[in-house]
Amino acid sequence: MAATAGVGVGDDGALRLARQKAQNAVVQDRFFYWLTFACAALVVVLLLGVMVSLLIGAWPALSTFGPAFVITERWSPVKEIFGALAPIYGTIVTSLIAMIIGIPVSFGIAIFLTELCPVPLRRPIGIAIELLAGIPSIIYGLWGFFFLAPFMQTTIQPALIGSIGKLPVIGILFGGAPYGIGLLTAGIILAIMVLPFITSITRDVFETVPTLLRESSYGMGMTTWEVVRSIIIPYTRVGLVGGIMLGLGRALGETMAVTFVIGNSHNIMPSLLAPATTISATIANEFTEATGELYTSSLIALGLILFVITFLVLGLAKWMLGRAEVK
Amino acid sequence: MRPAWAGHCPDLSSERDNHMKHAILSGIAAIAIATALTGTALAADISGAGSTFVYPLLAKWADTYKTATGIGLNYQSIGSGGGIKQVEAKTVTFGATDKPLGDDELSKNGLVQFPIVMGGIVPIVNIDGVKPGDLVLDGPTLAGLFLGKITSWDDPAIKALNPSLTLPATPVVIAHRSDGSGTTFNFTDYLSKESADWKDAVGSDTAVEWPVGVGAKGSEGVANTVKQTAGSIGYVEYAYASQNALSYTKMVNANGKTVEPNLDSFGAAAANADFANAKNFNLIITNQPGDASWPIAASTWVLIHAQPDDAAAAGEALKFFDWAYKNGKDQAKALDYVSIPDSVVTLIEKSWDGIQSGGKPIFAAQ
Repeated sequence: MAATAGVGVGDDGALRLARQKAQNAVVQDRFFYWLTFACAALVVVLLLGVMVSLLIGAWPALSTFGPAFVITERWSPVKEIFGALAPIYGTIVTSLIAMIIGIPVSFGIAIFLTELCPVPLRRPIGIAIELLAGIPSIIYGLWGFFFLAPFMQTTIQPALIGSIGKLPVIGILFGGAPYGIGLLTAGIILAIMVLPFITSITRDVFETVPTLLRESSYGMGMTTWEVVRSIIIPYTRVGLVGGIMLGLGRALGETMAVTFVIGNSHNIMPSLLAPATTISATIANEFTEATGELYTSSLIALGLILFVITFLVLGLAKWMLGRAEVK
Repeated sequence: MRPAWAGHCPDLSSERDNHMKHAILSGIAAIAIATALTGTALAADISGAGSTFVYPLLAKWADTYKTATGIGLNYQSIGSGGGIKQVEAKTVTFGATDKPLGDDELSKNGLVQFPIVMGGIVPIVNIDGVKPGDLVLDGPTLAGLFLGKITSWDDPAIKALNPSLTLPATPVVIAHRSDGSGTTFNFTDYLSKESADWKDAVGSDTAVEWPVGVGAKGSEGVANTVKQTAGSIGYVEYAYASQNALSYTKMVNANGKTVEPNLDSFGAAAANADFANAKNFNLIITNQPGDASWPIAASTWVLIHAQPDDAAAAGEALKFFDWAYKNGKDQAKALDYVSIPDSVVTLIEKSWDGIQSGGKPIFAAQ
């Protein structure tokens, strides 16, 4: 506010006008500062508000069941006994399956697009990936339910049960009857849904590798695989982690598509082919008909847990980025 | 302020912001579901919310009623639980629920309830060589299937009921509703009445702790899971089964007679229901006596305040239901619903004397 000091001293009209203008500019800047500050503060206030209201809503369930809420599996609306372990398990396992399938495929697409793809093909493939991101999740759900699930049931799952399912130890993951729906089918749908997110970020960060570095490597006789493994991936490590975490965040919270193909069972089974449930699917399924304070509160507590899981993922990502930065 | 690493990878700061935004969005999405139950009513129209089961019929009735009287109905089919919450919060004039409220909850909130329509729920199956209406089941066997105790279609209990049918040794797959539903409430109520094991282990509610099986969203979900899965059994509203030509089963009723699911057998269950002796019309019409009664029948109740804040709106709602009882029978039949028998309508309209404003019954005053 130093500019205000000189106002009114000058006797020259033009000078006074100039000072007045300068003062106006300062006021304008102050106003603009506070306006943008208010916008930024709004986000924080909203975030805290969401957290507080979730906590208040979840409190009856959390105080009734205590820590047992997150470590028990039983979910009985009739007897008002609620444990969130099955939805937590389902959320994490489906997201893991999505990552196991989604990350290598996304990296493959990104490497092909930046390193190997003939230039005329780049745009069509890039647009196709972006369109994949634009499909609403309910469409993925319907497609999963009417096409992917029957296909899994008649083709993929019997093959898995007949081959890997017969092996010791790992076989337990692929045992049971082919229902079509279940953890694996939900994981595959999620993998397809996170693919465009991870791919587009991976492609963008791969393109930040300086041409000089890239060309030198090829010039020294490195193969494409060696360039990707030793130059591009180490160079873009930080961005890759960010892309993966973005995809993971999407997978954890996805609701509609999963609800259609997960099987919605509150029992935890060892097999990946068995029906299960996720946090968001449980909320979407049961909220409309939930009667009684404890039931509603337990569903809100599930929302709180999803919030916490998402935060942990975000925190983990920041921590990994921080570590990568130090290196 | 840009972090140090941003100098190497210019894209990362925006990507990190996206990441943060996404995390916040998913948190907000969770709360959005929690607070989705808000609604406003149009002043001139009758406002209601609740049961999805009754929605197709209410929509049809409302359309005809609007043509006849000029008064419309704004009904949100958000589910029975949502309907109960909204009428308790007085954001709508009436709520509709597939599960009747107990006396305590009614008096606590100053509500009265009465049935408006009935229907039937039928088991549907997908077994090789079994056509619609071929298979006969009874309550204990149905409970055994849904408890996971009967695991194969050639089980002696099923064979005993179907001596002339060749049943394969296909494993049983159970399909149930994953969303909370009045259909589930009535179905599990029937199983509780027929099987002590079911009552102890599972009980009855709009959503229950299913011992086995896969959950599918909505009646369409259950129907399609059954269609796609060999050896499966599920349950849907009759209208859904008849319109989609699904393979329904016959049932042995409370009198030990085998009955076919149709409007006549649902009507028989409704006619045999003893509403005269049911306080607050709290009578679930599963497993009703009578040779012709279908055992898994269901009703939908309307909830309305006994001392409404807006007497005019409540009066309009009652007039609409009176009109529907008297003039809506054919439309109900066309949509596979069963109308409330006239004797019960008389009881219901008598009970409306309890809905008052300024000490005077609202309906009788009109």
